[in-house]
Amino acid sequence: MADDEIILADLSDDELVLQMHDDLYDGLKEEIEDGVNILIGRGWTPYDVLTKALVAGMTIVGNDFRDGILFVPEVLLSANAMKSGMFILKPLLVETGAPRMGKMVIGTVKGDIHDIGKNLVAMMMEGAGFEVLDLGINNSVEKYLDALEAEKPDILGMSALLTTTMPYMKVVIDTMKEKGLRDDYIVLVGGAPLNEEFGRAIGADAYCRDAAVAVETAKAWVARKHNQLSA
Amino acid sequence: MALTPPDDATLTTTGLPLSGPSSTADRVLLIACGALAHEILALKQQNHWSHLDLQCLPANLHLWPDRIPAAVEQAVAAHRAAYDQIFIVYADCGTGGLLQAKCAELGVQMVEGPHCYSFFEGNAAFAAKAEDEFTAFYLTDFLVRQFDAFVWRPMGLDRHPELRDIYFGNYTKLVYQAQTNDPALDAKAANCAARLNLAYERRFTGYGDLATALTQVAAARAAP
Repeated sequence: MADDEIILADLSDDELVLQMHDDLYDGLKEEIEDGVNILIGRGWTPYDVLTKALVAGMTIVGNDFRDGILFVPEVLLSANAMKSGMFILKPLLVETGAPRMGKMVIGTVKGDIHDIGKNLVAMMMEGAGFEVLDLGINNSVEKYLDALEAEKPDILGMSALLTTTMPYMKVVIDTMKEKGLRDDYIVLVGGAPLNEEFGRAIGADAYCRDAAVAVETAKAWVARKHNQLSA
Repeated sequence: MALTPPDDATLTTTGLPLSGPSSTADRVLLIACGALAHEILALKQQNHWSHLDLQCLPANLHLWPDRIPAAVEQAVAAHRAAYDQIFIVYADCGTGGLLQAKCAELGVQMVEGPHCYSFFEGNAAFAAKAEDEFTAFYLTDFLVRQFDAFVWRPMGLDRHPELRDIYFGNYTKLVYQAQTNDPALDAKAANCAARLNLAYERRFTGYGDLATALTQVAAARAAP
């Protein structure tokens, strides 16, 4: 054993959480699993482990990605580590309950198989307390509408990586308008070639540059929707 | 006189500096992606388009497509006074319409289409295949030669090969769109497909709509 090896179980709670932020940053999956199990073993609620250790750590990763300090490969490794921690926490969160922020249906549009950004958004939305139904890739307008009908989410999220597939988002939104459904949902869009102007032009509520922005935008829109309903 | 492009690594990171004649009257400047340098120079030579000058921007701008419009604007501004006509040899290239908007603002034309995979195949033919081929990953001659610089290393697969299936798990095949007949490139492309765990297909495209677009540009201002 190396002299400088850190024994997670020997750390105090505060030290362990900070160490987990570092481990998440470095994409260390097994260390994150160990950290989650240690905190749960010490009586932490699953919700606190999720928010204070995982989401807070992933927020640092997201900020450094936004600022050009980290790049996609590193973010993917961090996301994988967080995913493994969430895998442990998910059933515990169901048992113990956690604040629910709202519900989201998300998917990559028809003709597009790219799902890295979409998966990251789905994971961070779950981490922020949203229930997420992930439709996967290559979704037709019918599939989106069926999911909206069945799930009655607060938010529809659509993702596209290609210039050639991003116009399909407008097809979905226009169909929602035709059916009188558009105002029932918050529509968020994202993907590398998109921008705010495109989001406005197709009639989305907001364009989200990255997963962190998606979470903050979703929270703000859901709060606004709830305020409108209670007014 | 034929102009030899610099090596691909230079085209990737630096581009190709303008080496036109001292007099630029009646000449056309092509501002192009470095990934197209070989093809444009080949077309120039084949067609004797001696009145077309070429400057290439670094091909690796494609790793940050949002930087392409500003780079094109800067290049146009640098040469506008010297040339009667400037043509931008980029397609949309992941800029989400921003390059088209920038070109319109600058009053210059650009190549039609979403990206080079489309215009090499022919935009109409590529669009017709879209429904059946959206699980294909495309490489051109340049990208086969620069596979490690454009795909393998930027995606971190040299350091973290375990990420391969996260990136490519939804793809089914690698299509090598060959601009030239080069058995060595064919073999290298097949090896790229194997490294990505994808089926392999070679498809000869030649220069496709790139040739069409440049022919129109060249003809509009015929050589003196």
